[in-house]
Amino acid sequence: MLNTITLFIGITLMYSTPLVFGGLGGMISERSGVVNIGIEGMMTVGAAVAVVAGIGTGNPWLAFLAAGLAGGLVALLHAFASITCKADQTISGIAINLMGAGIALFLCRLVFNAINTPSVENKLPKLFKASSLSGAAANLNVDWTTIIALIATVIMWFVLYKTKWGLRVRAVGEHPAAADTLGINVALVRYVCVIISGILSGFGGASVTLAIISHFAPTAISGQGFIALAAVIFGKWTPHGVYGACLLFGAAQAIAIILGGGSFAVPSQILSMLPYVITIIVLILFVGRSVAPKADGEPYEKGAR
Amino acid sequence: MNKASKILKKPITSTVIAVLFGFIVAAFVLLIAGCNPIEAFGILFRSVFSKPKYVANVIIKATPIILTGVSIAFAFKVGLFNIGAEGQFVMGTVVATIVGICLDLPPVLQFPVVLLSGMVAGALFGGFVGFLKAKFGIHEVITSIMLNWIAFYFCNFIAATKTFHQPNTNGTYPINASGLDFIFNWKKSEAGREVVINNEFLREAVGKTDMNIGFIFAIAAAIIIAILLKKTTKGYELRAVGFNQYAAEFAGINVRKNIIHAMVIAGAIAGLAGALQITGVAQKISTLGAFENYGFNGMSVALIANSSPIGSIFAGLLFAALIYGGGSIQSEIGAPSEVINIMIGTIVFFVALSKVIPVLADKLEKKEVKKDA
Repeated sequence: MLNTITLFIGITLMYSTPLVFGGLGGMISERSGVVNIGIEGMMTVGAAVAVVAGIGTGNPWLAFLAAGLAGGLVALLHAFASITCKADQTISGIAINLMGAGIALFLCRLVFNAINTPSVENKLPKLFKASSLSGAAANLNVDWTTIIALIATVIMWFVLYKTKWGLRVRAVGEHPAAADTLGINVALVRYVCVIISGILSGFGGASVTLAIISHFAPTAISGQGFIALAAVIFGKWTPHGVYGACLLFGAAQAIAIILGGGSFAVPSQILSMLPYVITIIVLILFVGRSVAPKADGEPYEKGAR
Repeated sequence: MNKASKILKKPITSTVIAVLFGFIVAAFVLLIAGCNPIEAFGILFRSVFSKPKYVANVIIKATPIILTGVSIAFAFKVGLFNIGAEGQFVMGTVVATIVGICLDLPPVLQFPVVLLSGMVAGALFGGFVGFLKAKFGIHEVITSIMLNWIAFYFCNFIAATKTFHQPNTNGTYPINASGLDFIFNWKKSEAGREVVINNEFLREAVGKTDMNIGFIFAIAAAIIIAILLKKTTKGYELRAVGFNQYAAEFAGINVRKNIIHAMVIAGAIAGLAGALQITGVAQKISTLGAFENYGFNGMSVALIANSSPIGSIFAGLLFAALIYGGGSIQSEIGAPSEVINIMIGTIVFFVALSKVIPVLADKLEKKEVKKDA
């Protein structure tokens, strides 16, 4: 029983970690008023760059940072389109998803001449050495990325609600014209937020390919970015809400996996549906209407009314 | 207004420019990969147009994404983001397959019944999203993403269920022949086979491909949706809801009802795409390893078409040609076919940027005026 409980917690945290990174990224971007539907693409690029850098340098932490950098660069494209060119942010985000998948696979084909890469030698470490734990406690030996995701959530909450800079971000997302009159550089704030969103998404991708699986394949990132997007809305655009939404989603996955390992007569495909069904039910019962930041998705035009 | 800025302000111009930029970026990427871009584009062009068989294949590949494109473009016009076209498409394939296997009516009935069942499945899936949005205010993007995965696993569930699973395959039994596409049944018949074998063009375009009548449905759907949106009261209401929900409500339009209706229609079109894929091409469903992207590609189609249903026909053909031709770039000169993904991404990206072009045209105009004065 104890073993099952710790297993449940362990799987929950493992599944939710990449989602937390992506979700926080999406949240900060949208809080500043830029819809970022391209998280999936940024995560995919991050996942691929992480493996390429991980094999190249042999150092998983360098690879993790490289993934963040790559995600940030992709995000720069999105920022340029949606802030400087005032393009439709949804369209640009979809373009990022298409390009991200293309760039990731192209990179792998250039470097490894195959779209399924070999495995990285050094994965990101877990919290404790595997040999030092046994039994039920071993299930709780989570990845360091899980801890980083939690820390990132706390920092994000603190910055957003307790600092001047966070207030500016929220002002820009709610009412850019008012923020502008107070001397806040709307474009700069948005650029920073979108790039942070890309860096976090890149980390999210890397936390899949460097901590969970150890190689890149076209299916390495399959929908996590979109689930993260759902978590942003689900978590009502707050860091703690996003974290909770991701945990819930991870927990639903864990239930499906643990039930699948038991002697239940439920087909595995039906169990796999469970996380998605649970999410919809929770949405209907507890969450209800969620209101986006007021200027979310709208390019800011100086002097426009 | 001078001529240059008039041309620049046409929506089609920005699309053409976006496509052009797509090719330019793809050329650079090909250079990085060590391939000759001109040679690659030559192969791309040849592998799409040089044989009737190739053109037929492009049309076949375009059919589903035109329909999902129309579905998404239509939802866009009502201010809804139908990211769930993927799931609606999958449900269309699944239910059409179930009905196609279980029923065996005369072909005149069976074919429409199979299509209709796929449409109803898609419509219910879409309608559910609309209902949740109208009733509980749950964002359509979240529910759609969740329902996409539910459809995905439902498809795999049916494909593995004893009743439908065909032993030693990864899918179901094929649907009964009475539900298959008319062109397919005709070319398998005595008379049809005779004609196809003896006519060089038909042998290439029909005999060697999965040519089906789905394309006609796709064009019809695009036209019907265009008329619905532009010429009917219902379309006016739907567009009003999309344009300004509050103003629409103030004008006495029932916003919630229209949201649900819009999602039902969008879902039905995506479901039809799925059903046509079964009757015309796949004939059965197989276990999915990953999404087949018919819905997600429809998103690109709708965007390249600037959310115009009629434009989706051409955007769908372009998209299908690029994907189909991209395969042969890889097989002939070894250039990575991912270049095509990057290219399509770039095209969509520049479609997003193309809002700048009319603004530039305006500036150009003002400059001219100043010079004249």
